[in-house]
Amino acid sequence: MSKNLRILNNKFIDQTSRISFKFDGKTLYGFKGDTLASALLANNIHLVGRSFKYHRPRGIMTCGSEEPNAIVQVGKDHSMTEPNARATEIELYEGLEASSQNCWPSVNFDIGAINNFFSPLIPAAFYYKTFMWPASFWEKYEYFIRKSAGLGKSPTEPDKDIYDHRYLHCDVLVVGGGISGIIAAKMAAQNNFNTILIDDKNNLGGTTIFQQNECFKINNSFSNEWLKKEIESLNSIKNLTIKTRTTLAAYHNYNYLLARENLTDHLNLNEKKDKIRQRLWKIRAKKVIISTGAIERPLIFNNNDRPGIMLSSSIKKYIDYFGVKCGQKISLFTNNDSTYETAISLSNSGVNVNSVIDIRDKSNSSIVKNAEKLGIKIHWKHTVINTNGYKKINSIEIMKLSDDGNGVIGKKFKEECDCLGISGGWTPRVHLFTQSGGKLKFRDEDNVFLPDKSELNQVSIGSCNGDFELNEIIKNSVSSINKFLKVNNNSYENLEIISSKEVDKKNIWLLPSDKPLGKTKPFLDFQNDSTAKDVKLALAEGFKSIEHVKRYTTTGMGTDQGKLSNMHALGIIAEIAGVKMGELGTTTFRPPYTPLTFGTIVGRNVGEFFDITRKTPIHDWHVDNKAEFENVGQWKRAWYYPKKNENMHDAVQRESKAARDSAGILDASTLGKIDIQGSDASEFLNRVYTNAWSKLEIGKCRYGLMLNEDGMVYDDGVTTRLGENHYLMTTTTGGAANVLSKLEDYLQTEWPELDVYLTSVTDQYATVSICGPNSKKILSKVIPDLNLSDEEFPHMSYKNGLINNIKCRVMRISFTGEHSYEINIQSSYGKSVWEKCFEAGKEFNITPYGTETMHLLRAEKGFIIAGQDTDGTMTPVDLQMNWIISKKKYDFIGKRSLYRSDTIREDRKQLVGLLTDNPNEVLEEGAQIVAETNKKPVEMLGHVTSSYYSPNLKKSIALAVVKNGKNLKGQKMFVPMKNKIINVTITDTVFLDKENKRLNAKL
Amino acid sequence: MFLINCPYCGERDQSEFSAGGEAHIVRPKQPTELSDDQWAEFLFMRKNIKGVQFERWNHAHGCRKWFNMIRDTSNDKIHAVYKMGEKPPTK
Repeated sequence: MSKNLRILNNKFIDQTSRISFKFDGKTLYGFKGDTLASALLANNIHLVGRSFKYHRPRGIMTCGSEEPNAIVQVGKDHSMTEPNARATEIELYEGLEASSQNCWPSVNFDIGAINNFFSPLIPAAFYYKTFMWPASFWEKYEYFIRKSAGLGKSPTEPDKDIYDHRYLHCDVLVVGGGISGIIAAKMAAQNNFNTILIDDKNNLGGTTIFQQNECFKINNSFSNEWLKKEIESLNSIKNLTIKTRTTLAAYHNYNYLLARENLTDHLNLNEKKDKIRQRLWKIRAKKVIISTGAIERPLIFNNNDRPGIMLSSSIKKYIDYFGVKCGQKISLFTNNDSTYETAISLSNSGVNVNSVIDIRDKSNSSIVKNAEKLGIKIHWKHTVINTNGYKKINSIEIMKLSDDGNGVIGKKFKEECDCLGISGGWTPRVHLFTQSGGKLKFRDEDNVFLPDKSELNQVSIGSCNGDFELNEIIKNSVSSINKFLKVNNNSYENLEIISSKEVDKKNIWLLPSDKPLGKTKPFLDFQNDSTAKDVKLALAEGFKSIEHVKRYTTTGMGTDQGKLSNMHALGIIAEIAGVKMGELGTTTFRPPYTPLTFGTIVGRNVGEFFDITRKTPIHDWHVDNKAEFENVGQWKRAWYYPKKNENMHDAVQRESKAARDSAGILDASTLGKIDIQGSDASEFLNRVYTNAWSKLEIGKCRYGLMLNEDGMVYDDGVTTRLGENHYLMTTTTGGAANVLSKLEDYLQTEWPELDVYLTSVTDQYATVSICGPNSKKILSKVIPDLNLSDEEFPHMSYKNGLINNIKCRVMRISFTGEHSYEINIQSSYGKSVWEKCFEAGKEFNITPYGTETMHLLRAEKGFIIAGQDTDGTMTPVDLQMNWIISKKKYDFIGKRSLYRSDTIREDRKQLVGLLTDNPNEVLEEGAQIVAETNKKPVEMLGHVTSSYYSPNLKKSIALAVVKNGKNLKGQKMFVPMKNKIINVTITDTVFLDKENKRLNAKL
Repeated sequence: MFLINCPYCGERDQSEFSAGGEAHIVRPKQPTELSDDQWAEFLFMRKNIKGVQFERWNHAHGCRKWFNMIRDTSNDKIHAVYKMGEKPPTK
């Protein structure tokens, strides 16, 4: 550590606790309270990274979230590293390891820096313009561009840290704990508002907390001393929660705000362990007070980006707060009074200030006079025209400004320096205000955009509202808060405030040099390396909208979102375009205010918490029996049950054969189940299904198709009449929630006169389905009391039964074409009933089968799956299911649409069967179907929707939708694949047992 | 994210609700007597206003009730919520 860069007896840094850290592999030391940036500066390290495009050496420029240059990679190795962290925001902790980004092999010797010498060849949009032609070369270019693009490196391992989300509700949220925020929080809480004050730093007080200057006094104390007492007084106030290290990331409509609280980033590696790293607060505030302060502007002049060139106010914070001298021979360059605070602070700390170069003609404020009294030299009406020094600034060149400010006159002279503080005035942080939908107004006098109109219950106070002078900040904040909170607090009325007042103002967006613009490098966006030249070029090429110029030149598109110099870009555009800045407006400020880690956004919703997983009551049995699972919506469904050495195909073939030859058992618990009751239940079903329901006898089941109002098939399922006014509807697994919501919609909004009640009972019942020629024998063992004769219990009917005295409903329905039963029982008994059935079926080789086999079996019978064979464009007529459309019913959902001119077209796609000429060739689902193969372009007539190899038919079968398919039975078609063309024939959709012999067989 | 004042439950976060499109479009009582054009008018034609719009909303993750809402689509300001079947407030 270069000892001479630290001043002793600093109040904010604990110089008794030394901290070791590594930067670029080198072990360095800092103190508790340091940021990485302040510790590096104390070690005389300015050069921390290379710029994005030209790989120019770049140093620390600021002390806060607006930092464009000092973005570093944090972490020991690639596995858990974090890119693009701002050195100015990283609190130093024992064991911190960080490194430079965007350079190779090292920040001191970077091969990419060759781009800097070619920079005249890399103007704005160079990549767009150069790599466009020939188009086929893009893949080759892309490899190299990708390699050199991007900031930082992503970690290679999943994030091991813990993140959290929480909700927070309050009456008043105060964003920003500077002087006005502290006053606001105190006033709000004292008036019984439940108040939260947040600040992104670890200490409250903003820039005032280290302001110890004769020109700024309150009640005869330095402003920092007064504020310190105010902060101390907050401790005793009820209703006030203070959250430091908390950054407001987003401000949405209805005062909904997101804030990121850093919980452990500042702790050492042992202390961090097992603790929540960051928490995202989701805040609903009745009222919001924005007191986010202002960002100092840089100045735009030739070579204004060298390491050692810093914002003047940041130099002040480093000396007054961190006790770090940013240099030994510091020059200052400004257009306003605030730099003189820095000059005085430096001088008081024994740092040599070479001179202040001020573009103004004069300033008679008290702060300037005090600086002059200290012997600080001021070059009025001068500008810096160039800087020198490659890896660190070593001198500046200065010339007198012409009267109009457009040029320079006289003789240039050099000034040696190791640091240059620059200040181009102040930009209110209006980001959050505009995020929330607020409209800005422009103040010409000092070129600032200020909060104007907002629809929300909010107010901006302090320097983010354009009050820069201490006296104004306090007085205006207090009166705004009184008005906003409708209170009358006069405790700040009699303060005696001394404050230097800036009267003389002058602004030049792009400062002149002795060379023309083409020969200079005045950087606007330091992170994205865009210069004033690029902006001019964009305008010359015809871009007019600032949003377009931004995207074309990438100005303001870095991770810092152009917080420093967007205003200069706007100023330069306005000048060239000859419009007023107020008319030009700003680009859009989008959340988050500063980058968020993905971990913070995701919170706890990772791994098994990523989404809800629904498991059937029989799930554990499937796991124990080695089932593979597939996701159906949120459900985990048993897919197939492979035995030793079996792949999916083998397992499905075995299961499918067993189900038809003897017995199969399926967990159908996921099917949606809706309990429908009420005196108009039958009428309701009449209106929602295409077929008629009034005459369905109690105890009978019926299959139904549900359409959308546009006539397209929406869902299907079997509904059972349990009683006169009581039905149980089943839906597809994936469609259950949507069907219920659609039915509720009609009931509540179109047919409120119907006496019908809907209740989802999907989770309340487990469903065990047994099918196959031996299913009857198995069921008779499970429920011996039940009369299973065809007369008593025919297909499409239901009976109540008892299993071990537990009531269950047994439906004789079939989705496989086999004789089969579905047992519905209270969920908690699902697994034991399944096991009972399995035990009873053992002598018949009962085979558990999964969804894949279920799909195969139903495809053999030509039964559709809504959502697989239909896609929202299929009517029942398209499915060749005309039999299910009631002719007698006056109306049902979608009926009128079935004879719209479009739905009665003959050449609509219709569901057909497909057989491959080669019975062993299985088509791919989704494959296209064509009638001829020679013609180009060839007309796509349809596609395959379901395809399997049927072990029961010993051939490949498929369902497909084909234009005019119902009239093309027997027709040859082609399915072109990548390497071959498969010959197919259009057939009927039913492949197996057209006569339903299996279903009706006497067992 | 809005705060929506469900007429049955009170103020709740928008994430509990789902939007159901334009309000006050009544399903024709006798669809079969409509021409294709008339049916298409009901089926497809919806306003998409920048400004004050009448909308249907459902408290999907709450009471499951549908209700109507008057919302300004340009700034998401909600002017009124009212139950199904009720007339919209005149103001």
